[in-house]
Amino acid sequence: MYEVIVIGGGHAGCEASLATARIGHKTLLITGNFNNIADMPCNPSIGGSAKGIVVREIDALGGEMGQNADKSHLQIKMLNSKKGPGVRSLRCQADKTTYPENMLKTLKNTQNLDLKEDLVKEIIVEDNEIKGVITESGERILSKKVIITTGTYLNADILRGHEKHKGGPHGEKPSLYLSESMQEHGLIMRRLKTGTPPRVLKSSIDYSETHEEKGDEELLTFSNFYEPTYEIDKQESCYLTYTNEETHKIILDNLDKCALYSGLIVGIGPRYCPSIEDKVVKFRDKDRHQIFLEPERKGGDEIYVGGFSTTMPEELQEKLVHTMDGLHNAKIVKYGYAIEYDAIDSTELKMTLETKKIKGLYTAGQINGTSGYEEAAAQGLIAGINAALALENKEPLILKRNEAYIGVLVDDLINKGITEPYRLLTSRAEFRLLLRHDNADIRLTEYGRKAGLITDEKYEIFQNKLKAIDELKEELENTKIEATKENNEYLSSKGSSILTGRIVALELLKRPEITIDDIEKLLGKTFDKKAKEQVEISVKYAGYIEKTEKEVEKMLNLENKKIPTDIDYSKVRNIATEARQKFEQVRPLTIGQASRISGVNPSDITMLLVYLKKEYPYE
Amino acid sequence: MEDTIAAIATSVGVSAINIIKVSGSKAIEVVNSIFKGKDLTKVKGFTINYGFIMDNEETIDEVLVSVFHSPKSYTGEDVVEINSHGGIACTNKILELLLTHGCRLAEPGEFIKRAFLNGKKDLIEAESISDLIEAKNESSRKMGIKGATGEISRLIKNLRDKLLNIIANIEVNIDYPEYEDAIVYTNELLDTSIKEIQDELQKILKQSNIGKMIKDGIKVGIIGKPNVGKSSLLNKLLDEEKAIVTDIEGTTRDIVEGKIILNGITLNLIDTAGIRETDNIVEQIGVEKSKKIIEEADLIIAIFDGSRHLTEEDEEIIKSLQDKKVIALVNKNDLEQKIEIEKLKDFNIIKTSFKNNEGINNIYEEINKMFNLQQIDSGDYTYLSNARQISIVKNAISLTKEIYNSNKLGTPVDLVQIDIQRLWELLGELTGDSYKDELLDEIFSKFCLGK
Repeated sequence: MYEVIVIGGGHAGCEASLATARIGHKTLLITGNFNNIADMPCNPSIGGSAKGIVVREIDALGGEMGQNADKSHLQIKMLNSKKGPGVRSLRCQADKTTYPENMLKTLKNTQNLDLKEDLVKEIIVEDNEIKGVITESGERILSKKVIITTGTYLNADILRGHEKHKGGPHGEKPSLYLSESMQEHGLIMRRLKTGTPPRVLKSSIDYSETHEEKGDEELLTFSNFYEPTYEIDKQESCYLTYTNEETHKIILDNLDKCALYSGLIVGIGPRYCPSIEDKVVKFRDKDRHQIFLEPERKGGDEIYVGGFSTTMPEELQEKLVHTMDGLHNAKIVKYGYAIEYDAIDSTELKMTLETKKIKGLYTAGQINGTSGYEEAAAQGLIAGINAALALENKEPLILKRNEAYIGVLVDDLINKGITEPYRLLTSRAEFRLLLRHDNADIRLTEYGRKAGLITDEKYEIFQNKLKAIDELKEELENTKIEATKENNEYLSSKGSSILTGRIVALELLKRPEITIDDIEKLLGKTFDKKAKEQVEISVKYAGYIEKTEKEVEKMLNLENKKIPTDIDYSKVRNIATEARQKFEQVRPLTIGQASRISGVNPSDITMLLVYLKKEYPYE
Repeated sequence: MEDTIAAIATSVGVSAINIIKVSGSKAIEVVNSIFKGKDLTKVKGFTINYGFIMDNEETIDEVLVSVFHSPKSYTGEDVVEINSHGGIACTNKILELLLTHGCRLAEPGEFIKRAFLNGKKDLIEAESISDLIEAKNESSRKMGIKGATGEISRLIKNLRDKLLNIIANIEVNIDYPEYEDAIVYTNELLDTSIKEIQDELQKILKQSNIGKMIKDGIKVGIIGKPNVGKSSLLNKLLDEEKAIVTDIEGTTRDIVEGKIILNGITLNLIDTAGIRETDNIVEQIGVEKSKKIIEEADLIIAIFDGSRHLTEEDEEIIKSLQDKKVIALVNKNDLEQKIEIEKLKDFNIIKTSFKNNEGINNIYEEINKMFNLQQIDSGDYTYLSNARQISIVKNAISLTKEIYNSNKLGTPVDLVQIDIQRLWELLGELTGDSYKDELLDEIFSKFCLGK
């Protein structure tokens, strides 16, 4: 008898099983193939805009992805470094060999965690409560909680050209029965689609025809708790090339041959991650599209052709790849394909990622309709933490939209539902200036600690950082900069007006043209690097941070307007039919939540409020 | 459910046909109980039914009754409209009957309130309709119609679309930093876009100030030293056909002595209380009184005696008229002119003879010119006209200034975007497209929603 069973060893499954086991609950991770633990069947990168911040959040909550990526990347860089602090985000090229290896090692070395190679056929449910699972090999394993993290494996079809066959990512065995079992227990499933580009042989690429994209010159880490272990000049590069008119012509001439346009695909694909066919068809006036050549593993000979996801038949993929500079003689080692799979309707879930219909059953990752390794890992962690908290009869962990991208992710899934695979974007976060890369630990470490995932050692590192920030702030408040000739010359050289008398260092920092590095120079001191960053941001962007906090207050206000759980939506007059259906389906707990449901208009909320004021005047 | 309300919808006493409107769940049932003709509970919506309103056995009036079924009606509820032909006494009797048969007399604006709450009208439309009902002249009536049909909403929605485009572009820059597809929104680029939006908002505000003028009219003050002919002028103006009402209290705290409609714009002659009663009182209105009038009026008509030299009092009046819209009337042009006319060169001068009825019409022409009234009348009526709307536009303009300035300082575009987002939401409050707690509070306070 286990306390928790996790089905599927992808990014969500790894985080979920590590979380429950580390918190102290006997956990079993069942996965089809140990070689595919923490597998990256698509792009060889972790992080990216918004997603990089999610990785930082996972790290702050005590998850594994951040430090595992730090141990296993080929290149790392800070995106949007020239923009404001609210949108900076890390991205690395992860090594497809060492990332899974390191993760497997961690899983094996974790107490309370057993691993098992098998596929799950059925879930056992009694009185709307989960009791365990039955595997394809016929074993019946009982547990108190089950977390399903099967990614794109449920009823998966691989599509390329006019071919379609049952199969998981890169030829793995799909899970053929679990989806049916879930539906039998009343869960609503839907069909989604995603795709991946071909891989080409590194030695067959002529890099002289492409543009090199290097990693950053600065040492960077996802994790807040470990120092970087790589060498800057040993990072591997990515390379940029372009499609051209010839590429586009071949695609347009052969649209009927690709799976997407031949009508073979019924699942809905993501708009933000379109296949090359889609890009060419939808943006006919564009004469070229960017293609990124990304290394998949250290010293490996497989190169990922990023931006070239395709469902064309193999011979056409050859032809298309050869039209591009650098790839004229490229040898394809793996062809691109699309994959269709079953996903659960995410409005079936509570904010804890537990299903509304079956107590103790959680789902996380791509099965919930998201795309991306980071989104999957984040949900795995949240489902794991909440399963553990439920076992201990403790309050669940629900992150708010102003606290974490993970909060935005879960809130969107549960309230808005999805019509296409969901990717986190900075634009989905209305308070992104608060949800920064640099303060993920400040926002979330305490939650991780409370859940039991932040060790004493990590917690000390965190508290030392907080202390350093406080001390630096105090120092700058109490240190004055003199109006000396040298200082004024320095200020002039920065285009800043000269001092006529001494000035408090923190005040000087408020000048837009003066950075904290300048203050360091003027004072002849060296400050703690992380503290510097926090103090500078809090001083420079105080105005905008304050505005954002006001907006948060408004949201929380709506969040505090509770909707009685016994409300009968059929009695609320004059709301749109769609809104009424959505309200009934989601059954929002607060007006704030109700207002975020997709298809609900402000006027519907007005009507709902009018009804509440009339029917529940004292609430 | 809401109770059923009834009211006379036409202005009483003026029209040949009066309409009584009934709205609410029992509207059809109640009217049916006093109606002889078809069974109204069985007729379809959008039908007009001929019959008689009965008080027991007594026939009150011959009527046409229009039936609208919820939600396809003005208020979204069941609505019945009774067209009565028998004059005001009959109409009042019908209303009385309705009230004794289960209706409640509607409060002012209650039909619109219900239409708004039932999602039939957006906020601008609802507010405009109440403007329409309170319209004091033809121009403000037209303006009400523009607002009611959503002209203003469309204008604001266009602006919001523009903002949304900018926001979306900035977001793409953030989310896809490595892709070249989207133009990179720089501070310079933003500069131009924000300027454009600011200009459009300024235009709306400017028009809205005109809108306010259309709605509330122009306050006109008449000043001049004692005995110069203020009361004569007032009487001349009010004797004309253009005068509609005298001795009524205006919308402001001022006492409005008379109203004149000029090209559809109301001229409120202000603060001349008692001026017509006796010339002796006119003599008492001295310079002090004039100053108060100057302060409050949109337009000053200052009267001078052309047959005499300017007095000390006149000079003081001239001094106090700086920065105001002024028409200087030089009266008594039938006599020998002794006035130092060059001292009036900053004003629009009209020479008159009240005695011979000369130059009075020139006053109207001058007012027309000064306030571009002709242009307004032929122009469109796309204005915001109430204080809430105007204050939102004002806030939006100051926000664009803020955005413009921080953008000039080189603040990262993704931060500037925070304010652009706020601007977008602010403008949504005009049309009710943004969801704002305070707005709801405002609505709840306007419309008593308790049980």
